[in-house]
Amino acid sequence: MSILAYGVVIWLFIVGVYGVVTSRNLIHMALCLTVAQSGTDLLLLEVGYRTGGHAPVFVGLSPHPGPTVDAVMQALALTDVVIGAAVTALLLALAVQVNKRSGTLDPDELWGTRE
Amino acid sequence: MTPRGRLVFFIMAAAGLSVALGIGFSELPSFGAPISAYASLLNHLAPVQRRVTDVVSAVSFDYRGIDTLFEEFILFSAVTGIAVVLRPLSDEVRDLPEDEAPERKVPAPSPAVGLLGVILSPLLVLIAIETITHGQLTPGGGFQGGVILASALYVIYLATGYSTAERFQPTALLEGSDGFGAGGYVVVGLLGLLGGVAFLTNVVGLGHSGNLISGGTIPLLNVVVGIEVAGGFAILGSEFLDQTAVIRPRRK
Repeated sequence: MSILAYGVVIWLFIVGVYGVVTSRNLIHMALCLTVAQSGTDLLLLEVGYRTGGHAPVFVGLSPHPGPTVDAVMQALALTDVVIGAAVTALLLALAVQVNKRSGTLDPDELWGTRE
Repeated sequence: MTPRGRLVFFIMAAAGLSVALGIGFSELPSFGAPISAYASLLNHLAPVQRRVTDVVSAVSFDYRGIDTLFEEFILFSAVTGIAVVLRPLSDEVRDLPEDEAPERKVPAPSPAVGLLGVILSPLLVLIAIETITHGQLTPGGGFQGGVILASALYVIYLATGYSTAERFQPTALLEGSDGFGAGGYVVVGLLGLLGGVAFLTNVVGLGHSGNLISGGTIPLLNVVVGIEVAGGFAILGSEFLDQTAVIRPRRK
């Protein structure tokens, strides 16, 4: 089970980086980066998971209701998601300006477009 | 570098990285294993010590509050960066919005979409306020609620058009709320220093567990973060919208 769980993380990260390396479009490239980043989200949640555990939310529950999953990892995943959204938005803003300056979104065609 | 050479380079690097990650991950606790002593302690301690029922909020805004402060600043600087990158450049002008410009007539959204927007946008505002204020009780909090609040503005744009949406997002108010939220977190943190203890210490009365007012500074921090995130994401939306709707190349 561990191999599958952590293998998916490695797969997501490598696939995302593959997309970034071979991308022919800056918007596609930014989205590939979010795929790689979702690997880190998944890793954080998987490290904090406990078999049969419930969410670390105790509303309407007894104070010690049995196993709970790791709240620290969930808080870190929240941080990761927020930073990921901010970085993606910044990259897309750069893509908008690159397209206006050079008329293309293909990173390979950007060589020599400097005015 | 040719695409083929790049691919070969990537495959070699990816193979090496996979092996390194595999070796690293093999030392991690196996999937579903009992959680660490630190996390287990927090799960038992936070509901009693901070009188919250959502331990994730207690970790984000109290035990690891300084992390969230920096996270908030990262979001703030990203929004500032986007506002700088997407400003009208020297060879661009702000033109009439596309739904008012004489030569670019955008069809008005259908009445059904308008009705949906009328129903959906107040509902989103309500859900956002609920999510922000109940962060210490149930899953949610300032970050999630702030994004929902900003999405109400996107719905208004979809249901009406640029000119109406613009009235709902005055730039000064959005930028003010973004800055107020980022600064407010520091001010709440300084309460601890005023009380003679460390920065970001939970010094406000804790209230009763399970009540709306509980958790001391945690709901206060949720509110300021909610204001900042809502302002930040609304700025993002309006900056990208300006690029398509009003910013045009200067006519020669």
